[in-house]
Amino acid sequence: MNLLLEQYLPLAIFLGVALAFVAVLLVAPFLVAVSNPDPEKVSAYECGFNAFDDARMKFDVRFYLVSILFIIFDLEVAFLFPWAAAFGTMSDLGFWAMMIFLAVLTIGFIYEWRKGALEWD
Amino acid sequence: MELTAAFFYLFAILMIASATTVIVAKNPVHAVLFLIVTFFNAAGLFVLLGAEFIAMLLVIVYVGAVAVLFLFVVMMLDVDFAELKAGFIRNAPVGLLVGGVVLAELVALFVAKGFGLGMAKVTAAAIPQDISNTEALGRLIYTRYVYFFEAAGLVLLVAMIGAIVLTLKHKPNVRRQSISAQVNRHPATAMAVVKVKSGEAIVPDAVTKREAAE
Repeated sequence: MNLLLEQYLPLAIFLGVALAFVAVLLVAPFLVAVSNPDPEKVSAYECGFNAFDDARMKFDVRFYLVSILFIIFDLEVAFLFPWAAAFGTMSDLGFWAMMIFLAVLTIGFIYEWRKGALEWD
Repeated sequence: MELTAAFFYLFAILMIASATTVIVAKNPVHAVLFLIVTFFNAAGLFVLLGAEFIAMLLVIVYVGAVAVLFLFVVMMLDVDFAELKAGFIRNAPVGLLVGGVVLAELVALFVAKGFGLGMAKVTAAAIPQDISNTEALGRLIYTRYVYFFEAAGLVLLVAMIGAIVLTLKHKPNVRRQSISAQVNRHPATAMAVVKVKSGEAIVPDAVTKREAAE
């Protein structure tokens, strides 16, 4: 096994322990806790009324806009990681390439701000 | 080496199982959650290949952002199962046609390339010996592939503008906060001192103007 994967082994062990711990916590209540249900206890309670309608309502489309704007800036940041890692050996071309990239996305950001896409209403 | 193989089979089996669940799950929200499991396992496979940066990117971008986007899209739809089933029968021929074409292409590719054995000549080692994965990418993206990099920036710009044009609708008659107007207020414009004679009332200018307008 090579060196890189050896460094990931503690992570795999950590995830295994975390999964086992979660599984124990999920299963233990079914085995240990007192369970004595009756129809009144398990029915939905909403201020004394029966539930009016389904809780699964449609989301506003504006959540989609917020989410896609988040993805775009997330990707922009993702491009910054290798740039920063290779910065020490980078030529001027690499530096200005990123500056142009950031300028293009700043144009988008100004557009988004001026259109009011960052405001809720 | 056996441990690597064991992890490969663990990730691969979990990935195929969860990807199958994505397709067959009745509830779209459950399908998206299994898609997240699939992404995590794909990230594990990338780590096994030595492509650390892509693995982390998969977790950050796909799990952190794309899955959230899918969840919102699914929750925005009015999921009506009867309607979905009716659409399934109607759209099944087209879906089968597209799926069949893609399958035929994949089979043709595998047959032509001898199940990927021919690919090995063009792929470089994922792990350079002296520098990290991320740095190796950084040395290439911003110099040799600079045009593709700038094109990616333009694609992101188009995506941003497109999303705003398609979905941004401001409600009319919403009064927004204007911070500059608030900050620029000063006592001379904000208040007035008025002498009131005894026994008389004062009607502010704003009220008389509004009544005149109505």
